[in-house]
Amino acid sequence: MTWFSNLYQHAIVKKAIMAVSGLFFFGWLAGHLLGNLKVFQGADKFNAYAEFLRTMGTPLLPESGVLWLVRGLLTAAIILHIWSATSLTLLNRRARTSDYEKRQGLQLDYAARTMRWSGYLVAFYIVYHLMHLTWGNVHHDFIPGDPYANLVSGFQVVPIALVYIGANILLGFHLYHGLWSLFQSLGLAHPAYNPWRRHFAITFSIVMSLGFISIPVAVLTGVIS
Amino acid sequence: MKLTLQVWRQERADAPGSLQTYVVDDISPDESFLEMLDVLNERLEEKGERPIAFDHDCREGICGACSMMVNGQAHGPRTRTTTCQLHMREFDDGDVILIEPWRATAFPVIQDLMVDRFAFDRIIQAGGYISVNTGSAPEANLMMVPKDDADLAFDGATCIGCGACVAQCPNTAAQLYTAAKIGHLNLYPQGQPERDERTVGMVEQMESELFGSCSNFRECEAVCPKGISIDWIARMNRDYLKAKLKGVNRR
Ligand code: HEM
Ligand code: FES
Repeated sequence: MTWFSNLYQHAIVKKAIMAVSGLFFFGWLAGHLLGNLKVFQGADKFNAYAEFLRTMGTPLLPESGVLWLVRGLLTAAIILHIWSATSLTLLNRRARTSDYEKRQGLQLDYAARTMRWSGYLVAFYIVYHLMHLTWGNVHHDFIPGDPYANLVSGFQVVPIALVYIGANILLGFHLYHGLWSLFQSLGLAHPAYNPWRRHFAITFSIVMSLGFISIPVAVLTGVIS
Repeated sequence: MKLTLQVWRQERADAPGSLQTYVVDDISPDESFLEMLDVLNERLEEKGERPIAFDHDCREGICGACSMMVNGQAHGPRTRTTTCQLHMREFDDGDVILIEPWRATAFPVIQDLMVDRFAFDRIIQAGGYISVNTGSAPEANLMMVPKDDADLAFDGATCIGCGACVAQCPNTAAQLYTAAKIGHLNLYPQGQPERDERTVGMVEQMESELFGSCSNFRECEAVCPKGISIDWIARMNRDYLKAKLKGVNRR
């Protein structure tokens, strides 16, 4: 633990941890998206998938064992990610206490400039999303054990569908900068593959964003009911 | 040309400063930006006012002294150009030009547009050298340097330590400077024995100087008068993380 806390005081280490935790979260999101797209195959397939998540690894592991393991890792990743982001933000505030009258942005893109906003808003959205479709606290008609019905009835409420769509646009922006930036943070740059880092970030930020958005849109347009 | 300048004036490090407006006319488009300031300073002195303090030395784009933000851009609007190499033909007659000092906690204002950049020297002191025993010069071909490495190292070595990267960075990070200074030495065979200590020493000195952290905004690269690439920052991160995982600490 002292080994870790000694390392963790350094900004470059914090940034590397953001990259690794962000990448882990991204990998998980990709799986989450693939699973969620099963809604397009109908209620049976989708609910069977939800059931599979619970029984994965049994009988070797207890029921929901893998699920809880992944949940634990995700929680750790998001805490480290947010903690590091906040601590680096505070560091940067101290680094320039009297600011310019004017400082022009040159190569700075919108997604990079708004990482803090998109990050914190996505964090709020994640909590809301869990309360809505996992625990059901804020769902108006939650049926435990029937995720398909909960999803459909949830998204039929237009403002809720709009929140999901908005949050996943923000996620797309966050990933547009993040999925490129992590290569720099981990020291992965070479003229031979530098262009591919951009292609990777553009492709997957769009795929993730549009992929998740397709689900509330499908419910709103009646493709899924 | 006739120009309106808004210039940051500050008597001393601990005195409050403010923007002052000056109108200068009869400026030739062939004058450099610093020559234009010289003209203004002569006229201020004739009126018995204190001239504007600004750093300059070589006036040929190689020393890095001429630090100033011109219209929100370090060294002004021309890419890969220091302020001394910027000419008034980049501006139009009647323009309003805003001139501010570098702003960073690590670069406190000394007076007007002059800032204290010793923080950079302390980063060099923490490892920006290769230790050799003095004596007669060794045979030139004794230690071979691959051509690609030599060329790349030269790109990093072109850094003139002006501080534009820090000045433009929204986070006030000194990553590009430090990375270029570490990186070119880490490429030479002669730089290998001290590689880890150099990287850790210089990075951690940079941190203790109250610079910000890197968010990969790429503003440094855009404003660097020598066009140094952010690939150097990735190199530094790689070398630093490797050294830390090996357990190397600052001496
Ligand atoms: C859906 C979950 C999330 C994913 C997949 C994700 C992914 C990433 C990735 C890959 C990076 C790039 C790291 C790097 O440059 O090394 C990043 C950066 C960042 N993330 Fe997240 N992130 C998520 C949630 C959040 C949350 C909840 C916050 C809230 C604080 C946040 C704040 C930030 C900030 C501020 C940066 C930029 C850090 C900097 O450049 O200094 N992220 N994110
Ligand atoms: S005065 Fe030397 S670089 Fe401008």
